[in-house]
Amino acid sequence: MENKYALFLGCTIPLRSRHYEKSAVEVARLFGAELEPQQDFACCGFPIKSASREAALLLAARNLAVAEEAGLEILGLCSSCVSTLAEAAEELAEDDDLRAKVNEKLAKVGRKVEKPPRVRHFARWLYEEVGPEGIKEKVVAPLGDFRFAVHYGCHYLKPSWAFHDAEDSEAPHSIGDLLRATGAEVVDYAEYKKCCGGALLAIDEELSLAIAGEKLTRVKAAAPDAFVLVCPFCAVMYDDNQGKVAAHLERELGVPVLFLPQVLGLALGLSAKDVHLKLAKNKCEKLIAAFAEG
Amino acid sequence: MTISKIDPNFKYEVAAEPGGEEIKYCFACGTCTAACPVRAIDERYNPRKIIRMILLGLRERVLNSDFIWLCSTCYSCEERCPQGVSFAEIITAVKNIAAREGKLHPAYVTQLELLKKFGRLYELEEFDNKKRAKMGLAELKTSCDEVAKLLGD
Repeated sequence: MENKYALFLGCTIPLRSRHYEKSAVEVARLFGAELEPQQDFACCGFPIKSASREAALLLAARNLAVAEEAGLEILGLCSSCVSTLAEAAEELAEDDDLRAKVNEKLAKVGRKVEKPPRVRHFARWLYEEVGPEGIKEKVVAPLGDFRFAVHYGCHYLKPSWAFHDAEDSEAPHSIGDLLRATGAEVVDYAEYKKCCGGALLAIDEELSLAIAGEKLTRVKAAAPDAFVLVCPFCAVMYDDNQGKVAAHLERELGVPVLFLPQVLGLALGLSAKDVHLKLAKNKCEKLIAAFAEG
Repeated sequence: MTISKIDPNFKYEVAAEPGGEEIKYCFACGTCTAACPVRAIDERYNPRKIIRMILLGLRERVLNSDFIWLCSTCYSCEERCPQGVSFAEIITAVKNIAAREGKLHPAYVTQLELLKKFGRLYELEEFDNKKRAKMGLAELKTSCDEVAKLLGD
C-alpha cells in the first residue's frame, strides 16, 4: 500500500466536521496510511457548477494539479468534492483538447495537469484497500450490541461513470459491509438511497428540509442506535439542521448521527475522545456510555 | 403561448453546451421524473416537462423560471435513463445559459463572491486553526488567491 495520500477536505469539513476528519486520519493511521491535507487545496468547484461548468472544472483541475505536483493520490471525505474531482480527472485524462484548454488557463496561476491523480472517497479506499475482512481482523471492541442505519448519499456513488462503476448505485452495500465487520447490525429502511437535499439548502430551505425530513422520518422508524454518514454536507442536513427539520415536520426526531470512521475507530480500539463522539449535535448516547473513559 | 415566443433553436443551444449534447436522444419516457427526489415532494420541478419545454423552444419561460434552480444534483435521473441522457447535466447547461444572461440565482452570486474572497465557501479564521491544533489537526491556509485569479475579478 502506498502510504501517503493527499487528503482533500473541501469547504465544509475544516469548520464543521473536524470530528469526521480526525477520526478518518486516525483510522487510516491504524492501517499504516497517512492522510495529509495539502496547503494549496481550495474549493473543489462543485458549488459553482450551476453558475459555470467551465469555472467549476477549472477549480477542480487546479486541485488535481496540486496533488499531481505532490505526487499523491487524492482521498476525500466530502462525497461532493470527491465526485467533482473524480469527474474532472476522468474528463481531463480522456480529452486532450479539453486538458490543453484548461492548462492554458491554469498557467495563469502556475499550475498544470498532465496525468490527473486517482481520486477516491476515504470510505471507498477503506473498502478496497482494507476491506471488511481487514477491519474484522483488527476489531478489539466488537459492536455486536449496536444497530446502525447507513446513508450512502449521492456523490459517494454517482455519477457512476466517474467512479468506473465501482459499485452499483442501485444496490450499494460497501459501507454496510464495513460496519457489519465490527459485529454491528445494519438495519434496512425505506428509501435508503435517497438524497439529503443539501445542494438545495441555499436555494430553497423549505424544500431541502422537506427532502431531509422524509429520510429522517424513515430512519427514525427503523430505530437504529445511530445514523451513519460519509459526507459532511449530508451531516449539515441530518445533524446540524435536524432541529429545523423536526420543526418543519412538527414532530420529534432525535436521530443520533455519526460518521463512518468514528464508528470503525471505536471498534478498532480508538477512544471516544480520539473520535470526538461528543462533537455531533445529535449525540449517540448509547456509544458514549459504552465507551466512557475509565 | 404564441408562436412568436417560441425559439426553435433553444434545443440546439442547450445541445451545444458541454453535457447538453444528449438532449436529442430523449424519448420522454419520464424515468427521470419518477427517479427524482425533488419531484417526489415539489411539483414545480419536473424533469420530463423541462426537457419537453426545451425541445419545444420555450426559451424565455425556462430561463426565467424558478424551477431550473431546484435540481439537488443526486444524479438519479442520469443513472436510470434508458437512453443515456443526463438530465442533471442538461439542467446544468440550462443554468449556465441563464447565468450568462445575468439570471444567475442570487445564492450562487453570493457563493462566487465567497470563493473569490476565501477560496472556500466559508471563511477559515485563525480561531479555527487554533481549534484544529487542539485536536491535533494540520493548520490550513486561510485564503487562496489562485481561486480569485481563475474566477476573474
